[in-house]
Amino acid sequence: MELISIKGVNKRYKNGVTALCNVNLSIKTGDFVFVIGASGSGKSTLIKLLHREEKPDSGKIILGGINVSKLRNRKVYKLRRKLGIVFQDYKLLPKLTVFENVAFALEIFGLPKNEVRQKTIKAIELVGLKNKAKQFPNHLSGGEQQRVAIARAIVNEPKLLLCDEPTGNLDPEISLEIVKVLETINKNGTTVIMATHDKEIVDSMKKRVVVIEDGKLEGDYKEGTYKNEIA
Amino acid sequence: MKLLRMISRDFRDAVKSVFRNISLSMASLSCIVITLILVALAIITSYNINNFSKNIKNDFTIVVFLENEIDQEGISEVKTKIVENKNIEEYTFQGKQDIAKEMMESSNIYKNIMETWSEEDNPLKDTFVIKVKDIDKITKTAQDIEKISGVYSVNYGEGIIEKFLKIFKMIEKALIIVVVLFVLITMLLITNTIKLTIFARKREIEIMRLVGASNFNIELPFIFEGFILGFFGSILPVITIIYGYTYLFDNFDGQIFSPFIKLVEPTPFVYAIALIILSLGIFVGMFSSFRAVKKYLKV
Repeated sequence: MELISIKGVNKRYKNGVTALCNVNLSIKTGDFVFVIGASGSGKSTLIKLLHREEKPDSGKIILGGINVSKLRNRKVYKLRRKLGIVFQDYKLLPKLTVFENVAFALEIFGLPKNEVRQKTIKAIELVGLKNKAKQFPNHLSGGEQQRVAIARAIVNEPKLLLCDEPTGNLDPEISLEIVKVLETINKNGTTVIMATHDKEIVDSMKKRVVVIEDGKLEGDYKEGTYKNEIA
Repeated sequence: MKLLRMISRDFRDAVKSVFRNISLSMASLSCIVITLILVALAIITSYNINNFSKNIKNDFTIVVFLENEIDQEGISEVKTKIVENKNIEEYTFQGKQDIAKEMMESSNIYKNIMETWSEEDNPLKDTFVIKVKDIDKITKTAQDIEKISGVYSVNYGEGIIEKFLKIFKMIEKALIIVVVLFVLITMLLITNTIKLTIFARKREIEIMRLVGASNFNIELPFIFEGFILGFFGSILPVITIIYGYTYLFDNFDGQIFSPFIKLVEPTPFVYAIALIILSLGIFVGMFSSFRAVKKYLKV
């Protein structure tokens, strides 16, 4: 089943930079997709369009039945509840513990305490941080912090997990751990889209690879590696 | 249930935030307290002035003295002309004999002197006592009546009451200006307090958006914060008003300077004002934070 359909999308920023040019892409439910490209190629813009941080100038983006390109500001939350987002800089709240950071995503909707507890523990277990639930983010390593961010992104059981360079700040070994976590989540049925320029990760995972260069879709490989792009 | 849990969470956040920015919250609170006390004073003063004006308006009359030589026919001519004036509420005629009788009854000294007068050499004048509809036009009315032939003179306090009322009106206006000014300053201060809260929680708000909080979800804690500031800011003024005014009333026996100026009874007057003050405090608090949210919380 098609989860995301991107048709003829153009995006140009106000400063005149063309970020995306006539991009067409289709992603099925359960896919694991790497979006690769050099810095400034437009992969981050693609992710931002998907969670409606930015609006396309033209073209159509349909995500799980929601017309994202026409979504009004007031309604964006309806889209955000269907997806989880992970960033390079984790975006954790320093004054809350690991547990509280993850529970935060549920509490703001007024879920009952029991449900919040159960779901939060489940998410933290999934990313392997069960024994660190009571610690504060500052006392964790970068990889652990990113895992907390992933736990928060999936605690709502979203259909789609968007990752914008989640390993950008991490050592290669830790990066691989993070991607393994993402793979587990993907195996549980969540579609994962990950923007990265980490060569080793892409090569080792043998997943679908979408290549973006200067805002254009330059390649789409079923079991791609970074070499496809170079070749 | 879900909404209730959400609201209680937002309320907790708002309380926390009040204490987190305690210095600014205190500034806003003191400003609300001062403003509301001023507002209460203004309402009490202007209500009392109104009450007082109404009382003296009821008491106030024009006394029309007629010529000494006037006969019955002349009197009724004057009467028809007085009735023609549109500002006349009611009038009563007092003949000079009636007045003499009244005076003699009131004191023995008068009696001894006036007993010797015959009906012809009674030096008193026949009078009309007139109540007017609009006290502000009393001078004009008195002047019109004075022009009627057969009228010797009129007496209406020569505008002293008018001057009084004018001063009262000026005091009222000045009070309103001061109150409006203070309400505006308070609003600015609260808006500023909420603005700082918004900036302090920028990261939290960003994350709330990312995980799918609706605008309502994000805005509610700030509105609550304004509510809390307004509510707690109005407690002190309410207590001051209820006890202060009752104390004042009891201490002065319900009047100021003379029995002429009567104060309004404290019950239910002060409770009505307390209610107004409380609602105003809450409204100003919530409205100001709403303004801040619309201005600084770009959605």
